[in-house]
Amino acid sequence: MILSIASGKGGTGKTTVATALALSLGENVQLLDCDVEEPNAHIFVTVKLYKHVRICVPVPDIDKQKCDFCGRCQEVCSFNAIAVLKDDVLVFKELCHGCGSCSFLCPRAAIGEIDKEIGCVEAGAFEAGTFEIHASQTRTLQTGGRDGLAFVHGRLNVGQAMSPPLIRAVKQHGDRTRTVIVDAPPGTSCPATEAVRGSDFCLLVTEPTPFGLHDLALAVGALKKLEIPFAVVINRSGLGDGKVDDYCQQRGIPILMRIPFKREIAMAYSEGISIVEAMPEYKAEFQKLIESIERILVATHPE
Amino acid sequence: MKQLVVISGKGGTGKTILAASFAALSHNPVMADCDVDAADLHLLLQPTVIDRHQFSGGRYASVDETLCSRCGECRVRCRFDAIGEDFVVDPVSCEGCAFCHFVCPVKAIEMRERTSGEWFVSETRFGPMVHAQLGIAEENSGKLVSVVKRRAKEIAESQKRDWVIVDGAPGIGCPVIASLSGADCALVVTEPTLSSLHDADRVIGVARHFNVPVKLVINKYDLNLEMAAEVEAYCKIGNIPFVGRIGFHESVVGAAVEGKTIVEHSNGRARLEVEAVWSTLEKEQRP
Repeated sequence: MILSIASGKGGTGKTTVATALALSLGENVQLLDCDVEEPNAHIFVTVKLYKHVRICVPVPDIDKQKCDFCGRCQEVCSFNAIAVLKDDVLVFKELCHGCGSCSFLCPRAAIGEIDKEIGCVEAGAFEAGTFEIHASQTRTLQTGGRDGLAFVHGRLNVGQAMSPPLIRAVKQHGDRTRTVIVDAPPGTSCPATEAVRGSDFCLLVTEPTPFGLHDLALAVGALKKLEIPFAVVINRSGLGDGKVDDYCQQRGIPILMRIPFKREIAMAYSEGISIVEAMPEYKAEFQKLIESIERILVATHPE
Repeated sequence: MKQLVVISGKGGTGKTILAASFAALSHNPVMADCDVDAADLHLLLQPTVIDRHQFSGGRYASVDETLCSRCGECRVRCRFDAIGEDFVVDPVSCEGCAFCHFVCPVKAIEMRERTSGEWFVSETRFGPMVHAQLGIAEENSGKLVSVVKRRAKEIAESQKRDWVIVDGAPGIGCPVIASLSGADCALVVTEPTLSSLHDADRVIGVARHFNVPVKLVINKYDLNLEMAAEVEAYCKIGNIPFVGRIGFHESVVGAAVEGKTIVEHSNGRARLEVEAVWSTLEKEQRP
C-alpha cells in the first residue's frame, strides 16, 4: 500500500504523522520523504544513508558550429528558455523543463542535451535499534530487506525552482510490497500533486484553525480530482475552533485521529524527537490509525 | 517604496499572521499574498474584491481522436508520461511543452490554453491587496506569483505607498523564488525547532543566491528556549540580522479564529512583541 501524508497548509504535522507511522509500524515499512524543498523526516528517525544519487534534468547544449541560427528551437520552446540572436543562441537553463523538443526538432541537429543537476536522492536504512516493536524486543529491522532502502528522501539544490522531477526520482524507489509512507510537501500545486499521485490512500493532516480549514478544503478538492481516497487527522486538537470537525462531518470525511495540543509534544518535536519516542503510548494510536485505513480500503475494494 | 517578503522555508511558522500584523502597523502598505497554492491572508484581512482576472499559466495537449492514427510517436516522445495507451492526455501530467504537437504526423494534437487560476485586486481595511487562487492541482504557481507581485508593485508606485508586504509560500521552489525577485528584504520567520532551523537555513541560501538581504525573527520562541538560543546563535555565526522574538500566545490562535490581526485582537504581550519587531524592521529599512 502507498499511503501519502499531505495537508494543503504547511506546518500542520505531516512529518510528525509520517515518521510516527513509520516508527510505529516497524516491520515492512518504507518512508519516502517527498518534501524535497524542505525535507525534515530524517530529523525524526535515525537513518544511515548509504546511497547518494545526483538527479539531473536534460537541458539543451547548442553546437554553434552546426547552428545556422534559424530560430526553430526558440519557436518550439514553450517555456521561453531559448533565445536565438543574429549570431548567438542563449539558453536559460532555469526555465527549461527538459522536454527535448528543441533538440529533436532542430533541422541541423545542432542541439544536444547535457545534464543539469537539480538535487539528489539519498537512501538508506533505519538504524538497527531505532525500532522497538514491543518494549522488550528490539529488533534489527529494515537494514536488510529487499534492497535495504527503507528510507529515501530528496534534496532540491538551493536556487533550483522545479521540484517535480526530483519528487518523481524519490518515488521511483517505492516498493509496493511494503507499506510505503509518502511525506508530501504542502500546497495543492505541482509538487504536492506529484507526491500524492499513485497513492492508494491519503491522510490529510490539519489543525483546527481557519487557516487549517481553508487549506484542508483545497487539499480535499485536489484529492477528489486525483481520485485518491482520503481521511483527516486533526493535529493540535484543542486549539482554535470546531469548524474543521463540522466541515468533515457535513461531507462524511472520516477523522481518524486527533493529536492534542500539548507543550510536551511541541517540545519533543522541537528537538527532533518523534512523538512515539517521547510518548510511547502513541505507538498504539498510530497502529490503530493504519488499521482504520486498511479497514476503509477493504470496505471500498473488497478484492 | 520598499518590498518586504515574509518567508520561512518550513510551513506553519507564522508567516501570514505576521504579514497581516505588519499590514496593520505600517502606514500605507499594499499587500500581496504570494502563497497562491494555499492563500490564507484574506482570512485575516477580509478583502473586498474590486477586480478579478483569469490567469492562464500554460497549455495542455489535446488529441483529436478522429484524426489520430494511433502511431504512437507522441507517446514515445513525451517525457512526462502524459499520454495514455488510449491516446488520451492526462492534463495533470502534461507540462504543455507541445513536443507531441510538433511530432504528430497527422496533426491530430492541438495545444489548449489552461485556465489555471484567478487573481484579484481588492481593498482591505489597511489598504489595497493583490491575491490569487491557483486552480486545484494546477501548475505554474511561480508565474502567478509574478503576476500578483507586479500588480502590487504598480499599485504601490501609482499610489505612492511606502511598503509592499508580501506573504510568501513555504518551501524553496518556484513560488518562493518568484516572490523574492526585486525584494528589498526577506524576513525569515522561524520557530525554535530543529526542522524550522534546517528549513530556514535552506531558504536563506535561496534569498542570498538571488542577492536579497535577509533578516530573521523567532516566533513561538518560548516553546523551547534552548532551541531559540540556538537559532539566535545561528544568526550571529551567519551574520543574519536578528529582529526579535515573539512568544507562543494562545491569543494569536484566537485572533485568527476571529479573522483579526494580532495587533487588533490583543493588548497584551503578543501585540507588544509584534510591534517591537515591526519597529525594528521599519527603522532598518528607512533610507
